[in-house]
This record gives sequence, structure tokens and C-alpha cells, in this order.
Amino acid sequence: MNNKVRNNKAWWLILPMLLLVAFSAIIPLMTVVNYSVQDVFDAQTRYFTGTEWFVQMLNDPTLQSALGRQFAFSLTILAIEVPLGIGIALLMPKKGWQASAILILVTLPLLIPWNVVGSIWQIFTRGDIGLMGWSLRELGYSYNITRSPLDAWITIVIMDVWHWTPLIALLCYSGLRAIPEAYYQAARIDRASRWAIFRYIQLPKLTNVLVIGILLRFMHSFMIYAEPFVLTGGGPGSSTTFLSQALAIMATAQFDVGPSAAFSLIYFLIILLVSWVFYTAIMNMQKDKKDGGA
Amino acid sequence: MSWMVWTLPTAIFFATIATLLAGMTAWEVVSPSVERKGFLPIATTRGDRLFIGLLSAAYLHLVVVGFTPLSIWLALGVSVLWMLVLMRWG
Repeated sequence: MNNKVRNNKAWWLILPMLLLVAFSAIIPLMTVVNYSVQDVFDAQTRYFTGTEWFVQMLNDPTLQSALGRQFAFSLTILAIEVPLGIGIALLMPKKGWQASAILILVTLPLLIPWNVVGSIWQIFTRGDIGLMGWSLRELGYSYNITRSPLDAWITIVIMDVWHWTPLIALLCYSGLRAIPEAYYQAARIDRASRWAIFRYIQLPKLTNVLVIGILLRFMHSFMIYAEPFVLTGGGPGSSTTFLSQALAIMATAQFDVGPSAAFSLIYFLIILLVSWVFYTAIMNMQKDKKDGGA
Repeated sequence: MSWMVWTLPTAIFFATIATLLAGMTAWEVVSPSVERKGFLPIATTRGDRLFIGLLSAAYLHLVVVGFTPLSIWLALGVSVLWMLVLMRWG
């Protein structure tokens, strides 16, 4: 099979895309690298600083704690959204008008822009006029996201779960629809339990869409900005200031482009590593399965 | 190009990466890579090993620069060695 002469000319077809990506991503990223080693005042006045910004950023306690919070947040929402999304997908009707109706209902949160989601939840959680804030107060819990870090955290997690679980659910739903009926027939002949069907038919067939779902959700949540910014402004204190907000404060409010560039690169490397590990791990799991003949 | 505020070290850095990528492409055309298993826990192609090497080199540089008093040149030297080992036996 390896002796076949392969025709690789089709690769030229990705050239337009490559140009586009060069302009939208690669060249800006290269510029960021250039910024990260200099102290730039304007186009004419700049000084080479070498690795100084990197040393400063890596040892900055504010950024270190923002990074910790970021990981805690991303892992929390993944741990909730993935099982919940699979569960919702399993419960969704398979055909008829109910299927269309439920699909639309489930998709709705995905259509709302980030900062609008933030505003919705900001009003929703207000103690005086918000439905959730007011109800919790009436029930005797002194709910206040501007004063209690725990309340703020839980609210942001719930908000993200509300906004993005539908993505996992939709991906899983399409994955479930792609399983041929023959698998279920075979399972029925074997008198397989509902759990066995899920564990040995549905879950393995969902691996591909789950890889995409987990990757997307991880990267999205790792770069979350607008929702907590509108809802809590990163507070109380800095208890919900995530990485991109810490970065934005530095880059736009304080206008330290050099340190921000250095920090962006560290941020980029973290995302690159985690995404690669996720992808490789799950792709290998599949390969082992195929080789094992299972 | 002045808006990109180039410096000599970053220019050398990107030129090296570009040369590596071009070289890998040429190598792939001349003799296509076969996926194999070395000391890494996963089967890899040449491109995979290059990526792993570059990424680990980036992290090594960050650790050396950020948390140790050692020179960045030491990190670079170790990275080049690591890259060669990885490409040959990884």
C-alpha cells in the first residue's frame, strides 16, 4: 500500500485558505512575538528587552492566580457540561414535530451573543428586580454576586452551563442519529441492557463528536471574557478575573504591550499544549480500539 | 513592515521555523514519513516529532528563563539536542 505513488497536487487547493489564515492569525501572532521582546513606545521609539517581560510575567502573582482560576473554571464546566450534554442528547426525541421543537428550544441559548448573555444574567441575578436573585432572597438565602465570591463563581458556572451545554447536546444528538439501526437490533437480540447499549454502542460512537465538543468547550472557556466581564466585572475583588480579562486590563487599560505580548504567548502555549494532549489522547484511544479488532 | 517591529532575534527565530517547515516538506516529498513507535508512548510521524520537539523546547525556555538563573543559551542548546534525539529515536 505504501508503494503507491500518491498524487499530492490537491494540497495546492488549500493555498487561498493558507493566505487568509496568514493574514488573520499568523502575521498578527508573529507581531506579538516581536512585541514581546521589546519595550515599545511608538513605531520609532522602542528598546530591545530580551526575555525580561517573560521573567516578569511568569513570576507575576496576579497572573498566576488568574491562571489557577482559569483552570478551575474550565475543568468545572467541562465536568458538568459533557455528562449533562450527553444526557440531554439521549433524552431528545428522535423524530416527528417534537424533535424539531426540542432542537430549536435547545439551540436557543447558543444564538445569544456573549455580552447579551452576561447582561441577561446580570439582570436575572439582581436582588431587587432579578427573578433568581429576588427569589433566593425571599427564600432566606442572602444571595449577592457583588459581595460573595462563592455566589459569583456558582453563578458564572451556571451561566456557562446554560449557554454552552446545548453545543455538546447538539453534537451528541447528531452523533447518536448517525448510529445505524442495525446496532440496536443486534443489541436487542442479545437482550442488552440500556446501560450496556449506552456503554458499548452509543458512547464509543460518540467519541469523535465528544473530542470536538470537549476541545471546543475547553478552548472557549479558557478564553472566556465577555460573560464574566459583564456579569461580575471580575469581582468581587479579583475572584472571577479570568486570564483574558487580566490580560485585557494589562494590554488596554495600562497599555503595557510588551508584557501583554509576552503573557499572550504563554497563554497561547498553554492552549496549544492542552489541545494537543486532548486530541492525541483521544485519537490514540480510537486507534488502539481499531487495532485491537474490538 | 515597520509596524511589525521586527528585531534580529525574532527574525532569526521565524526564519529558522520557516526553513524547518520547508525542509520537512521537501523531505516528505523525497521520502514520505512512515508512522513508527520510538521511546515516546505514542506512534508518531516526523511532523509529529517536530511539533513535540518545538513545543517542549518552548516550555523548556519558559521554565529556564522564568524560574532559574540559568542562561537562555543553555535552554537553546538542550533544546537542539533534545530535538535531534527526538527526531532520531522518538
